[in-house]
This record gives sequence, C-alpha cells and structure tokens, in this order.
Amino acid sequence: MGLVTQFKRYRSLGILLIGLCLPVLANAQAMFGDVLQTLKQGSMPDKELAITELAETGNPRALIILQALLDGNLFEAKANGQLVIGHEQNQVFSLTDAAGGEPAGNLDRDAISKINLTNKLRTLLRKTVGQLELSAGDPSVRLAAVKAMAKETDGKVLELLQQRLKDEQDKDVKQAIRLVFLLQDTHSDHPKAVRINAIEALKAYNSQEVLNQMKAMVEKDNEGQFLELDPDVRNLAAAALIKINHRLQFYSAIETLFFGLSLGAVLVLAAIGLAITFGVMGVINMAHGELMMLGAYTTYVMQQLMPNNLGMSVILAIPAAFVISALVGIAIERGIIRFLYGRPLETLLATFGVSLFLQQTVRSIFSPLNRSVATPDWMSGSLQINDFLSLTWNRFYILLFCLMVFVALLQILKHTRLGLEVRAVAQNRTMAKAMGIPTARVDAMTFGLGSGIAGVAGVALSQITNVGPNLGQAYIVDSFMVVVFGGVGNLLGTLVAGFTLGIANKFLEPFSGAVLAKIFILVFIILFIQKRPRGLFPQKGRAAEI
Amino acid sequence: MKVTLHKSLLCLPALNLQFGAILLSLLALANPAAAEDTIKVGVLHSLSGTMAISETTLKDTMLMLIDEQNKKGGLLGKQLEAVVVDPASNWPLFAEKTRELLTKDKVAAIFGCWTSVSRKSVLPVIEELNGILFYPVQYEGEESSKNVFYTGAAPNQQAIPAVDYLMNDLKIKRWVLAGTDYVYPRTTNKILEAYLKAKGVPAKDIMINYTPFGHSDWQSIVADIKKFGSAGKKTAVVSTINGDANIPFYKELGNQGVSAENIPVIAFSVGEEELSGIDTKPLVGHLAAWNYFMSVDTTKNADFIKKWHDYIKNPKRVTNDPMEAHYIGFNMWVKAVEKAGTTDPDAVQKALIGVEFPNLTGGTAKMLPNHHISKPVLIGEIQDDGQFLTVWQTNKVVDGDAWSDYLPESKVILADWTPPINCGNYNTKTKKCSGQKY
Repeated sequence: MGLVTQFKRYRSLGILLIGLCLPVLANAQAMFGDVLQTLKQGSMPDKELAITELAETGNPRALIILQALLDGNLFEAKANGQLVIGHEQNQVFSLTDAAGGEPAGNLDRDAISKINLTNKLRTLLRKTVGQLELSAGDPSVRLAAVKAMAKETDGKVLELLQQRLKDEQDKDVKQAIRLVFLLQDTHSDHPKAVRINAIEALKAYNSQEVLNQMKAMVEKDNEGQFLELDPDVRNLAAAALIKINHRLQFYSAIETLFFGLSLGAVLVLAAIGLAITFGVMGVINMAHGELMMLGAYTTYVMQQLMPNNLGMSVILAIPAAFVISALVGIAIERGIIRFLYGRPLETLLATFGVSLFLQQTVRSIFSPLNRSVATPDWMSGSLQINDFLSLTWNRFYILLFCLMVFVALLQILKHTRLGLEVRAVAQNRTMAKAMGIPTARVDAMTFGLGSGIAGVAGVALSQITNVGPNLGQAYIVDSFMVVVFGGVGNLLGTLVAGFTLGIANKFLEPFSGAVLAKIFILVFIILFIQKRPRGLFPQKGRAAEI
Repeated sequence: MKVTLHKSLLCLPALNLQFGAILLSLLALANPAAAEDTIKVGVLHSLSGTMAISETTLKDTMLMLIDEQNKKGGLLGKQLEAVVVDPASNWPLFAEKTRELLTKDKVAAIFGCWTSVSRKSVLPVIEELNGILFYPVQYEGEESSKNVFYTGAAPNQQAIPAVDYLMNDLKIKRWVLAGTDYVYPRTTNKILEAYLKAKGVPAKDIMINYTPFGHSDWQSIVADIKKFGSAGKKTAVVSTINGDANIPFYKELGNQGVSAENIPVIAFSVGEEELSGIDTKPLVGHLAAWNYFMSVDTTKNADFIKKWHDYIKNPKRVTNDPMEAHYIGFNMWVKAVEKAGTTDPDAVQKALIGVEFPNLTGGTAKMLPNHHISKPVLIGEIQDDGQFLTVWQTNKVVDGDAWSDYLPESKVILADWTPPINCGNYNTKTKKCSGQKY
C-alpha cells in the first residue's frame, strides 16, 4: 500500500519534473560530464563544489561515484584519462567506468592514479553521501548516514530526518533520529515543557552529544552568569549531568580494566617464554627479545608469501614462528649456553652478544627500516558498545590468544612426557639424571619450548607495534620484571604478575602520566623484591634453593 | 723441467713490477702531500642501533651528493672523498667520532647527527677543534653555534606555521600537545603552549602529554584524547612523538575510531621514510608539517628523485625533508668553499653566511647570519600510498629563528655571526654576549 502511494507520488512528481526539465535534460547530461571532469582535475575548492553539484544532479550514478570517491576507489586511467571505479583483486584492479557503469577492463596499480581527497572533502562527502543514503535498504547504512548527518544539523538536515522518521521501521535508526530531535528540543527557543520533557528523555542516553549538551546548559559565562537563564531547566540538566557522569565513570572504569588486561596480556605473552628459560632452567637469556623479533618477522614473511589472504597468513604465522624461534633457541642452547650452565654472568654476556648478532642479522637481511605488517580486517576497529565504551578488537584477540597460549603451555608441562621431564630436571637435576632422564636433551627441548613461545608472542606483537630490529629490546626488561615479580619458576605467578602490573599501570597512567607510571611500577617492584625476594609465588622445597 | 724454469724466469720481472706498484702505492698513502689531493668530507650518521632507521638514508644521500660533485670535477680542482663513520646511535660515540674525523682524518666539513642529544654531544668537540657541522633535521631551536649550520627547520619554520594553519583554516579550539619525553618535544611544546596562550587559548583547552621513547601501549592516552576531543569544540593533536612510537599511536587512533576528520593529528617527525615501512591505512588524512615533500611537483624535485633512484638502484625508495636539507647544506658548502677559495674553517664559515641555493620545492634558501636557513613551510595530508598531499603552504620562504620569540627568556636573545655582534646568544637588552656556549 505504502509502496503504491509512494510510487504514485513519485510518478506524478516525475511527470512534472520531466515536463519541466525536458529542454534542460541534455544540459544536465553535459553538466554531469563537467562535474566529473572537475572531480578529476580541479583544485580542492573546485572539487568541493563539484561534490555538491554531483549530488544535486540526481543522476543515479552520483551516489555510486561519491561512495567510491569516499572509499578511495575512484581512479583516473593514466592512458586515456577515463574516470573509473576500481577494486583490487590479486594486485590487479578490475575497473568500471564511473559515468556509465560498464566494465572498463583490468589495469595495474601503476596505470591508474587515485583521485586524492583532503579531510575537508572527506567530511563533506560523508555528509553528502549520508543524505543520499538516508533511504538505503540496509539499516546499518542508514544508521551511519544519520550519525554522519547529526554532526552538523541545519534546516535541510532536520527536514530530511523528519521525513525519514515517518517511514523508518528499524528501531536503532529511529532511536538515533529521535536523539537528534530531542537535542534540538532542549534549545532555548522551545517552550519550557518541551525542553523539560526532552531533558527527562535524554537522561537515559549514553551519548557524548547528550553529555556535551547538558554540560553546555550548566556552564557559566566569563562574568559568572549562567548561560542558561531558566533555573528549572538548568537544575534538571545538572541532575541529568550527574546521572550521565555516573554511568560515564562506570564505563571508563571498565575501559581502564580492559586496557590493563590487554597490556597485561602483552606482558604475559612476552614473559611466559622467559618464565620457562629463566624460571625453570635458570638461564638469563638476554636474546629472549630477539626471539620475539624473529616471530614478528616470520609474520612479515608469511604476509609476503600470501599477500591476498592476510587473516590466514597471521594465523599460519603462529606455528611457523614457533618452529623458527624454537630452532634458533635450540641452536643457541646447543651452541653456547650448554657450555655455560652454572655461570650466570657469562651466560648473560654471551646471550647479550647473541641478541646483538641477531639484531644486526635482521638489519642486514631486511634493512634497518621497519617492515609493514598489515592487520587483518577482523582485527581492526573496535566493538562499539556505546558512546562511552568501546573495546578494540586487536587487543581483545591478543588477550584471548594470551590465555590460550598459557593454557596450552600448562597442558604441555602437566600432561606430556616432555613436561614431566622438564619439571623433573628443574626440581633436581642430579636425581633426574640418575633416573635415566637425558638431561642435556631435555635442556635443549626446554629452551626450544621457551624460545618457541617467544616466537609466538612475536606474532601477537607484530599486530600492535613496529616490526623492526629493535622490537625485542623494548620488551626484554618488562619480561624480566614480570618473571621476577611473579616468582621464578612459577608459570601461574607470571600470569598473575603480568595482569597485575598491566592493570596497575593503566590505573596509574591517568593520574601520573605514562612516564611516571612506568617509574612507579619499577620502584614498587624493587621494594616488593626487598620484602619477598622470591616473588609473588615462590617455589617451595629444597630443590629450589640451588 | 726446462719449461717450468723458463716460465718462472719470465714471471720474475712481472712479479717485480707488481711489488713495485704495491710499494709505490704504500708510499703514496704514507705521503701527506699526496693525501691532500682530495678534500675529505665527514659523514657522521648512525648506521646501526635505533637511529639507523632514519640516518642510513642520509649517509647514502651524502655519498650520492659527493659522487655527483666529483663527476662535475670536484671542488677547487680536487676530488671529494667521503669519510663515513658509524656512531652507532650512541651519543658519547658521536663526540668521539667527531674528534676522530677532525684530528685524524682532517675533514673539511662534517654532515651528520639526527637527534638533538647527538648534536649536543658533538657541540663541545666541534667548537674546540673549530670544525664545521651541517645539521639536517628539524629541531627545537634555542641554540646557535659558530661551528654548526642548521639546515633543518627551527620551530618557527615548522611548529608555529602548523599551529597557525590548524587555528585559521581548520578552526581548531582545543589542543593536545603530545610528545616523546625528551628535549625536542619538551622545548617545542613549551614554545607552542606560550604561543597558544598568547593567541587567547585558555589553559583548560590545552592538554599536554609525554610518553617514554618507543611507547607502544597507547590505549589510555588515545582514550583520553578522545574524551578531551569530544567536548564539542574542534580538537587537534600536535604530535612531537618521535620515531617508532608513532605507528602504534596511529593504529590505536584508528582502532578507537578517531579519524582525521574528527581529531586531526599534525606530526613534525613523520615523513615519507617513516611511512614507507608501514600499513598506512590508519594514518590517511592526518597531517604533517615539513619544508619538503617528495610529492611536490617541480622539475628540480623530479630531477633529485630520479638521481636518488638511479644512485640507490631502487625505484621504490622515497626522499624526505632531511635529505633535502643535506642537499641544500652540501651545495651551500660547495659554493662557500668556492667563494672562499679554501677549505679553511674560519674562511668557509664566513663565506657561508649569505650563500643562496634554490630549494627543491621552489624558492631560494639563504644561509642567514644566525646559521639557520630560510625555507618554505608545507602542510600535507597523508595519502594511502605513503605520500603527502600539500594542503597549505607559505607563499614565501620563512627565515629560521634560532631563539624563539614566544619564550620570555629567549625573546631577548639574538644570534648573529656577522660583525659587530659575532655571537650566538647576544642579549639585546643587556647588549652582552652571554658566553654560554650551548
């Protein structure tokens, strides 16, 4: 029914329009061409004008072209100057003509040049596209369109939204549009009752705009006079502000906790391999960070090998990094460390040498520049819960990954033969040897396991920090800190210590700044070690006293 | 038997000749007169350690420039010889290597340093031994040495115009000054804070934040910036974040949904080289202020890029601002040596002041009496190919100011290495040269 009436309305309108426009139709077509020409070559202010004009031509291709421009898919073919929309597939761009929509063949990236955008144009585009998309089929597109339009409300925007609200079925989109009008209703040119109702309704929204509006309503000007003249409205706004602020505080506490957990997860990942080599074997391995670096570079190499499947390459990099770092670790143990057991100072110096050697090797092979490791789409962006709380995906996955690695490692140590042997050797080397355990081989395997875990940590780090020769150095001190704090030789201690330090750091940071927060944590650990030299969870028994 | 003997007999004179040649060349090496056939140029850039990422390129640039000059016939009829040393990102080693270059190799000029702390470590040595150092990187100012020529930007050639652009063109009302915790960001932010306050920005609209070197966990700081920026006033971040810490910062901005349209970040240390190794997706639209962009379309720049690609044999390598600074600095030095007719440091230092050389981006750089040069200022938006799109530029070159006019203590200080003042820190109030050296 609605469709029919709509159709009728449009048809009558269309007939009217055609009647009016027939003589100008050819003209409009020419103008469409002109506008596209400007988009291609014009200066930035010209392009601005062109975008608005293009939206107003009403040409069915307009939205497609504008959207492509916004997404960075609009190109100019270098050979013939044709304006095309391109999508990459296997490093070749399949093109369609922008104006007509017919396929325009495939070209390399070098053969097309992208139509550049500035922030100003991007903002304008978002708004323009929003207006055109307000009646799109997909509710999430409509929601985005409403949000883009709500940023700058003028008469035209409000009118469009009003119309949309009448036909809108989707709950979220309706809510978003209502919010815009409720915010409008709080303005002082409305009757008092309307304003009070609006504030009452707004109280329940977790929205930054509402917060700002309430703040503005209780603000004073330079002479100490309230900007809002009506005391009732002002008091109501103040009450609403307190309520919203309460919720804001609650959400930001959750956010800080999440930040702390995710920092803790990174610390645990970096430290857990060390907890094995240092904690269980007692080897001070200064090259631990470089083993993580190798893991990160493995991710880079994997991405180079399969550039079209980023997500898969990151997942495949996990076992690859484990194997590579483990092999390098075993080589270090067999080649150097086994001659130095019981001489911690020499081990420290030798492994420090190894770390420099590994760094320079990577520098020679991959150049000293940082390498680009792309983040798969499912790891970028954030889970938006409301305006006050969003959890970033990459951190979320790393937290999850950290727990998985931890559980896996615990299972290996508890339920496999290697784990049993590792524990036996760690507790009493001589006795284990007497029982027929090949301690030398177990040492190598243990060191390999610790190193492999470091490599796996490197894969995770490649997603949040730079992949360069210095990656390892940034984490080595933190790793030792976590292991020592948690109690040498105790994996659970490492987990608890990592998360404790992460959360403490994040709760300190807002008050003290990042630099001081780090210093405080370090001082705290030094004091803690004075009191409990064996860490949070000291290993018990005589064997641990060596 | 006979044959062998014959052969060895034949060989003997040849062997002798070879020996003679080696002996001769050994003699030539030991002979100081022969060594003076070349003019030595010191290249003091870290080729290993943390700064290798930025400085290796500058070493290659210098080798290219020297090579090119030699092809043109050298300087004063002699060939130039590059003496490359590696201070390994180790600040005290910069001083040692400088001493080595000046006393052992007797170089005519040194091109080098990147970080301010490395420059500060070189200063006492270069002043003691009266050398010449060309410093190619944008820095915090508040310094002018008789022996140093600053070809990078002073704050008034980068930071101040950038803030002007944000204030006037983007109508920014709230400011986040975020930096790495060391001398360059601290001084620059001090100048910027004073400047913003002078322009009427209230203290509550300025947020200052410092982070350690190589900071990688930006979650809380980005969340703070987001909160600070969502208070209804247009907000921008002025970033003096250095080196490796940038990428995780931009990544976190992207992940937390802060786009360049909501809260633009303008950086002073992010250039083409830094962008070339990374996934640029989260950076698109953010800004940088420099005096040179690779994307600037002039014939001089196209020439320079082509030469660089030919020299480095890799068409994917980028050029950047400090490279242009070395290009200008080196050519100014060549001109000054030709003008002075000698490489004697005092004569060259005197001859350098007033030397002009065309920029790659159009306009002419001039060595000023305060040992800084005049440069155009460009502001660009980062594109997804790692290049910049110039969105604003000064319509003429800006003279570098050694001592900022916005700090009360340095407002009265003037650097002028021409008579009668001849001083790097002349107090215009007390009419005295403070004698404080660096």
